[in-house]
Formats: sequence, structure tokens, C-alpha cells
Amino acid sequence: MPHPLISVQGLTKKFDDFIAVNGVNFQVGKGESFGLLGPNGAGKSTIMRILAATSTRTAGTVEILDKDPERFGPLVRAHLGVVPQQDNLDGELTVSENLFIYGRYFGLSKRFINNKIEELLVFAQLEEKRNVKVEALSGGMKRRLTIARGLVSEPDILLLDEPTTGLDPQARHILWDRLFRLKEQGVTLVLTTHFMDEAEQLCDRIVVMDKGAIMAEGSPAGLIREYSSKEVLEVRFGSDRNVEVAPVLQKMCERMETLPDRILMYADDGEKLLEQITAQKLHPTTSLVRRSSLEDVFLRLTGRTLIE
Amino acid sequence: MNASIDVPQIARFGALYVAAARIRSMAKWKTIIAAVDVGNPLFYLIAVGIGIGVLVESNSGTSGTNGIKYIAFIAPALLANAAITGVMDECVFPVIEGFKWRKLFYAQNATPITGRQIAIGVYLAALSRTIFSVTIYYLFLLAFNVVDFGISVVTIPAAIMAGGSFGAVMMYFAAKIEKEDYFFNVMQRLVIMPMFLFSGTFFPLSSMPIYLQPIGWISPLWHGTELGREAAFDYGISTLMIAVHLVFLLAVAAIGLRLSIRQFERRLAK
Repeated sequence: MPHPLISVQGLTKKFDDFIAVNGVNFQVGKGESFGLLGPNGAGKSTIMRILAATSTRTAGTVEILDKDPERFGPLVRAHLGVVPQQDNLDGELTVSENLFIYGRYFGLSKRFINNKIEELLVFAQLEEKRNVKVEALSGGMKRRLTIARGLVSEPDILLLDEPTTGLDPQARHILWDRLFRLKEQGVTLVLTTHFMDEAEQLCDRIVVMDKGAIMAEGSPAGLIREYSSKEVLEVRFGSDRNVEVAPVLQKMCERMETLPDRILMYADDGEKLLEQITAQKLHPTTSLVRRSSLEDVFLRLTGRTLIE
Repeated sequence: MNASIDVPQIARFGALYVAAARIRSMAKWKTIIAAVDVGNPLFYLIAVGIGIGVLVESNSGTSGTNGIKYIAFIAPALLANAAITGVMDECVFPVIEGFKWRKLFYAQNATPITGRQIAIGVYLAALSRTIFSVTIYYLFLLAFNVVDFGISVVTIPAAIMAGGSFGAVMMYFAAKIEKEDYFFNVMQRLVIMPMFLFSGTFFPLSSMPIYLQPIGWISPLWHGTELGREAAFDYGISTLMIAVHLVFLLAVAAIGLRLSIRQFERRLAK
């Protein structure tokens, strides 16, 4: 990687006795879209707050644009746009007022901010809402406004913590589209998510996290290739029979995961595997062949599903 | 990063950016603020100053209040109390809101703005609200002929100092609150109300039994009121006591603000 924008080595964060982040290493290059994928409590948000130069670390080194965020907080933050997990907009102010006061915190001139607001309202598809109080906006609009707010200062790096959590599918797709445009413009994105489809859509490279540590690192496709088969056959025999048939199925594929409601069978050709199963007179109540996803990678690495 | 971002300049003026944003939010509440800050003490002035003043003066003239008309005697106290209530409003609720309800401080702290600047900015905004409302209240006192225009204008800074002193301490407590929202209801009833009644507001502190007087001694309201009375009319306080009042108010404000800044920084970095 050419000189990275973000470099993290041996990062550890403890809260009293609890180790939230345990010896994490990664780097993010310019223009890259980098994701931290993991379930709730994996330590993703803690890392994000440290990257955002607002939280301290217990051990390790962190450099953002060659500066230690703990020592040069304001200077580092001048380069960042931050989209927190929980919207912290000022609900009593209007959409454009929120953008305006935020720009002022960067010491930007009124003229610059006012021009920038026009551009950001178009980007966030909120032109019609400029004079509406924020508390009247929908969840998706608030989130788009929070992203727009993070862009007021034209940051070098945009940090997004769970950008689409709590949004309905349509609002998520609109948001992904907006983020994808940023990526195309060359903005460096760092995001956390527990949605594998989000990581696949938006990230060039991800780290899979669990319990404060990195389990694997790579591109979404690369990770799937490395840790999973090409296809997955999902079969259900009903909750009682699942356990009964599992030993038989086990012999028919390279790897298998028995979940409470279904059995996942990993194979290069799912349809062919299904034919073999039916040939043995085992008739699943439902079956589905799909491509492997990051969800399967996570299951392989941790033995657990991402959303529990 | 946009090339015009000047980090050293933000380091110098960041607190003012925060204060400006607070004042913008406050402006949305201006009607309610005016009613609370000016209307409330005005009701007291009329009801107690004129109403009870008639009783007081028909019984003992002005002998109990160093020869001063009763309404004039209580006016500086009500002014100081208005300042305290106003500053407290702006030092408590925006702080709980900033840390807890809306987490606005975390948004500010995601920019080059520091915890220290947020604390100072919120405090400055609170003081500016008080400067505004106490000045209006003072104009009412002039209109009602309660004080004469002149040196009595110094009651304004005296009242603001009382507010600033109490508010700085309250800001610290507000920044400490993580769970209990009822803290300030308790404060209101067990600290603010007794302070209002026992700080020599409606009668000289010295007319209370000695064991009740310490409430006044530690109360910013009493110190601010005494200074205000000295300014509003010749109340006969010694130069030494004027110095004591000033030092007390400034010291409490400085300590409160210092503790607040530290608490803001700690909590934001958690």
C-alpha cells in the first residue's frame, strides 16, 4: 500500500476489566473504502471513536495523516467527517441551520458554508426540506443530513458508524447510492456495519471482527473465496428432523453448519448436492441454493451468525 | 480538508462558535425566556414589593431595611435571583441535552472543537442570556421608579456575577449526570428555593437567627444581592465586605468553571 492515511498497530482499549479492543492492526489507503464487519459488541464503535480523535486508547499506536489523534485531536479532526451511529443533529434547528452551525465549528466562512449547503442539499436530496426543522424528518432523511453535515468541511476521510442501521430497505438503498457516489469521487470511507450486504456493496476491503479482535482481512470476494465454498445449499427438515438427518448430510459435503432453524451445506455446486440429497429419499421441506456471502465467512470464523 | 480551515484560529475562537450556536437555539425560545426571566421577578416585585411593602412600612416604616423603601430593598435581590435562574436554565438543560438527550456535544466534539471550548461556550451563552434579561429587568426598575439611574446600573454586573457563580457550579453537576434526571427537581426544591428565601432576599440576613445565616454566607444570591444593594442605594457596606463579596463570587465561578471543563473533557473522551 502507498503511504496509508490511517495506520493502526496493536490498538487495545480497556474499560475497567473489559477489553473492548484487543491488539488490532490495519491500514487504510487514500481513496479506499474500508469496512469493519462484526456483530454488536465486537469493538467496532470503540475503534471508530478512537479514529475520530475523540476517545483515548489503552495501548498501541494510531496515526491518521501521520498524526497521533490523541495528541493532535483538533488538528486530526479538521481532516475528518464523522457520521455517528446515533444521529446527533439539533432537532430544534432547520436542515440548513444544522449544516451552517456545523461548518462554523470548522471556522469556515459564512459565504463558503452557504455555497456548500446548496451542494450538500442536492447530494442529500433534501433541497425541499432546507427550512424544515430536523425533528420533522424521517430516519433516512436524518441520516442523509448527518452524512451531508460530515461533508461540510470537505474531509479527507469520512468515518461512518453503522450508517444504515435502523433504516427501512428503501432508505438503505438510497443511502448506499449516495455513499457509492462519494466513493467514486475518491473520498476515503471507513465504515462499520453488521450487515454483510452493506460491506459487500460498499467496501473494497474489510476486516471481520469478533470480541475485540480481527479474525480475517481481505476484499469481500477474496474472503468468501478463502473461507467459504462457491455456493451454499440451505435446507430445512423441520426443527426436530434437522438433528436427525445432520449426520447423513455431513458425509455429502465438505462443510456443514447446523443452525436452530436450518442446515447450511457448503459446496461448489448446490443444485447437484440437492439432487444427491433427494436421491437418498431425504426430502427437505424447503431448500434454497445461493452464493456464499460474508455471513458464511463470519459463521466459519466464529461459529456464530452476525445478527443474533 | 478544505484549505481554508485554520486550526489555530479555531483554537482561539472555538468557544465563541459554540456560544453562537447556543444563542441561535435560545433565540427560538425568546418569548418563553422573556416571560421567565423578566415576567417572573416582575410579579414578585409587584406582589411582594408593593403588596407586602405596604404592611412592612405601615408597621415599622423603613427602620428594618436601613431606611430604604421596601420595594427598593428587595429589587436588587430579585434582579440577582433572576440572573441565577436564567443562568441555571442555560447551564443545566443544554448540558444534559448535550451529553444525554440529543448528544449535541458529541457532534461538536467531532469537529476541531474541544470539550473545554464547549464548556466555555455554553457558559458564555448562558451569561449572555442573563445580560439581556437582567438589563431589561433593570429598565423596568427605572420605569417603576424603584431605583434612580446612575451608579445603580452596577446592580446589573452584580446580578450577573451571582448568576455566573451559581451557574458554573450547576454546570458541573449537570455534566456529571448520567442516569438520574430528577436531580434538578430535587435541586430546585431543596437548594434553589431555600437559597431564594434565606439569602437576605426579603429581609436583611442579620435579622435571621445566627444558625440560619450561613445559608446566606455560602449563597451567591446573598453576595450578589449585597453588592447590588450597595450600588442601588447607599446601603453602608464596608469596603472590606465589598471585596469579600466580589472575591467569593469570582472564586466560586472560577472553581465551578474549572471543574466543568475537566468534567466535559473527561466525559467526551470516554
